[in-house]
Amino acid sequence: MQAALEDFFRALRAADVRVSPAEAIDAHRTVEVVGFSDRELFRDALCATLAKSGEEVARFESVFDTFFDRRSQAVTPAPPPPSGSGDPMEGLPPEAQESDLARMLLDGDGAALAQAMEAAAERAEVSQIRLSTQRARLTRRLLEEMGLSEIERILAAARRLGGPGEAAADRLEAARKALAAQASAYVERQHELYASGSGKMLREEMLARKALNAEGGIDPVDLAMMQALVKRMAKRLADRYSRRRNVAWTGHLDVRRTLRKSMGYGGMPFDIVFKTKKVDKPSIVAICDVSKSVAAAAQFLLTFLYSLNEVVDRLDAFAFSGRMISVNKVLDDHPVETAIFEVLKQIGFQQTDYGRALEDFADQHLDRIDRHTTVIILGDARSNYANPRLDILATIQQRSRAVIWLNPEPDSYWSQGDSVMNRYERFCHVAKTCNTLEQLERIIEDVLRTYIPR
Amino acid sequence: MSQSPVAAFDADLSPQLASVEALISGLSGVGYIASRRIATALYMAVKLQKPILVEGTAGVGKTELALSTASLLGLPLIRMQCYEGLDESKALYEWKYGKQLLYTQILKDRMGEALSDAPSMDAAMDRLHGMGDLFFSEPFLEPRPLMKALQERTGCVLLIDEIDKSDEAFEAFLLEVLSAYQVSIPEIGVLKAETPPIVFLTSNNVRDLGDALKRRCLHLHIPLPDAALEQKIVASRVPGIEAKLNTQLVGFVQSLRGLDLRKSPSISETVDWARALILLNAGALEGEVVRDTLNVLLKFEQDIAAVEPQIAELVRQSAG
Repeated sequence: MQAALEDFFRALRAADVRVSPAEAIDAHRTVEVVGFSDRELFRDALCATLAKSGEEVARFESVFDTFFDRRSQAVTPAPPPPSGSGDPMEGLPPEAQESDLARMLLDGDGAALAQAMEAAAERAEVSQIRLSTQRARLTRRLLEEMGLSEIERILAAARRLGGPGEAAADRLEAARKALAAQASAYVERQHELYASGSGKMLREEMLARKALNAEGGIDPVDLAMMQALVKRMAKRLADRYSRRRNVAWTGHLDVRRTLRKSMGYGGMPFDIVFKTKKVDKPSIVAICDVSKSVAAAAQFLLTFLYSLNEVVDRLDAFAFSGRMISVNKVLDDHPVETAIFEVLKQIGFQQTDYGRALEDFADQHLDRIDRHTTVIILGDARSNYANPRLDILATIQQRSRAVIWLNPEPDSYWSQGDSVMNRYERFCHVAKTCNTLEQLERIIEDVLRTYIPR
Repeated sequence: MSQSPVAAFDADLSPQLASVEALISGLSGVGYIASRRIATALYMAVKLQKPILVEGTAGVGKTELALSTASLLGLPLIRMQCYEGLDESKALYEWKYGKQLLYTQILKDRMGEALSDAPSMDAAMDRLHGMGDLFFSEPFLEPRPLMKALQERTGCVLLIDEIDKSDEAFEAFLLEVLSAYQVSIPEIGVLKAETPPIVFLTSNNVRDLGDALKRRCLHLHIPLPDAALEQKIVASRVPGIEAKLNTQLVGFVQSLRGLDLRKSPSISETVDWARALILLNAGALEGEVVRDTLNVLLKFEQDIAAVEPQIAELVRQSAG
């Protein structure tokens, strides 16, 4: 049973349930206490030891069901021999007598067949399966390990001999086909157990590096996965930066407050006060270009920032293509996934004009920016040859803590055509290419980190 | 320290912990209706001597589980509420600064006396080293909840409530206590529990806990109960309630959970509501009574506003 448990741990790991060696030991101890007889008790006890969060519990349950279901599935035996006949092997060539597999198939011994398949699977290393393209090859290896070539030899010999062996050969042939189907199903289940998770992980890794301004937009299937991915990234950052609001200067005595507190004890310093530093929560103003080429990136930026609400003190979002509007209300009324379409409905498809948008911002919202505010601007700085109003960006830079410009285009394009990025760049603390979720995560982490004192 | 007359708690000898079924019936005896999964997790935690991390939304009975376990096993309960900024001087121990100061003052007075007849400086220093150093010793230690729990010779139930509210540093500091049931005090050394306490940690998922902490604990997620279990819980917590009213009100609450609310009512709200209905002598669920007592069940103005127009409909459904 130990080997079975180890396989089970591997299936769990493939399904993204972390099982460390220490947890594996705990699981073995658990099994010692509860035993195997009560399936429900066995499952609940293992679940308590191995799954460590709500989602992991769900994944644990599905893996448990698939995994321990497999063991109870016997291989369907061959159709029973016609009644009255004695030895089912009768008439078959002499090789058949020596082949265990042929005997098992003809005897219809399902349990033995299942056991043989398990053993063969171990030799063929079926559980190492990673990709769906490996299925056909592993099925063939599994069957070979079980001794399929013997059966084929027997069948060929029986057909050659003809006579009374024909009937037995027919049954053997049918049993062989059934076995092949079983083996294929077995490998399929193994794939599901050990490899489905890794496929998803590969896909997510790829999506994190996918270009957000790709021609033809993003596949809706990918979009849902990317939204989930962005939320997870944001949660990870939020967890990392939400914890400490007061960082102690270890060992720095606050003399003034200690003396003040000692008054109550006649000057004896009973309560000792140490210096602490307050940590600002970031306050962010996000200004997004929502013209066609940048809309997808804007959507992910907004999703990201909104998922950070635990660590961000105040977030104001503005969107523009021709004119600029505040999108706070839209984001409050709609889930962030669909909010961007609402915004597009209101102001989308106008001619992009950075100068005008900055004017709108300066007129109405400039007082929102103070020395605690980080301004994140997302756009390709392609202003259709209108006046870029660099003076307004300069004012914003002076008033704010930092101006960060994220441009979906690579920097070699920044001075070409109608792009004025190289002129805006001078007024930004940071100007970076940001065209994948990975880059987005890195930049936002940098923003958060600037608020944490060393 | 005097030997305690009560025998130390031993999980293997306790009849309440003979099996999961015994545990379920024992817990229901003290008023806690546990699902099989809850009981299994608790059973494993006690048998493997591991802490148990209980998660779930507010009001599903996380804290109650620890209280009920303590009263079932007849062990004292030591409770520690976590909050941001909790540190070891509040959780583990603190030196009694005041007494230490007084002690040094006495020492100063007596020192001259004791050392006055020493012939030379070296002899005085030798004599000084010969005296016991009490300044950092157990009498000057003020034990806080964690240390109290480790010092209980008969064992106890330690409840570390809302661990997710504490900060990361404190979580790391808990690791030693949770895995080895011991604490290191720099000035004294290691203090180890004679009888490991049964530890419950509860979390509302305000933040994700570290993997190191999760690894040391068994995990139990308490979901909102289904109708049958919730009726049992209400019947056990509100003994006077009629079966008909119980069925109706649980049905009503269950359908509320299906709505899109800011805070769905959890078990504690159901129980409170049942008590309120009993106080108002409501024999059956009616629109008027429900409207008056909705604030027991729902804690946000928007939620109440959203539910109010549907009350008649919901009452009809839960009656049918």
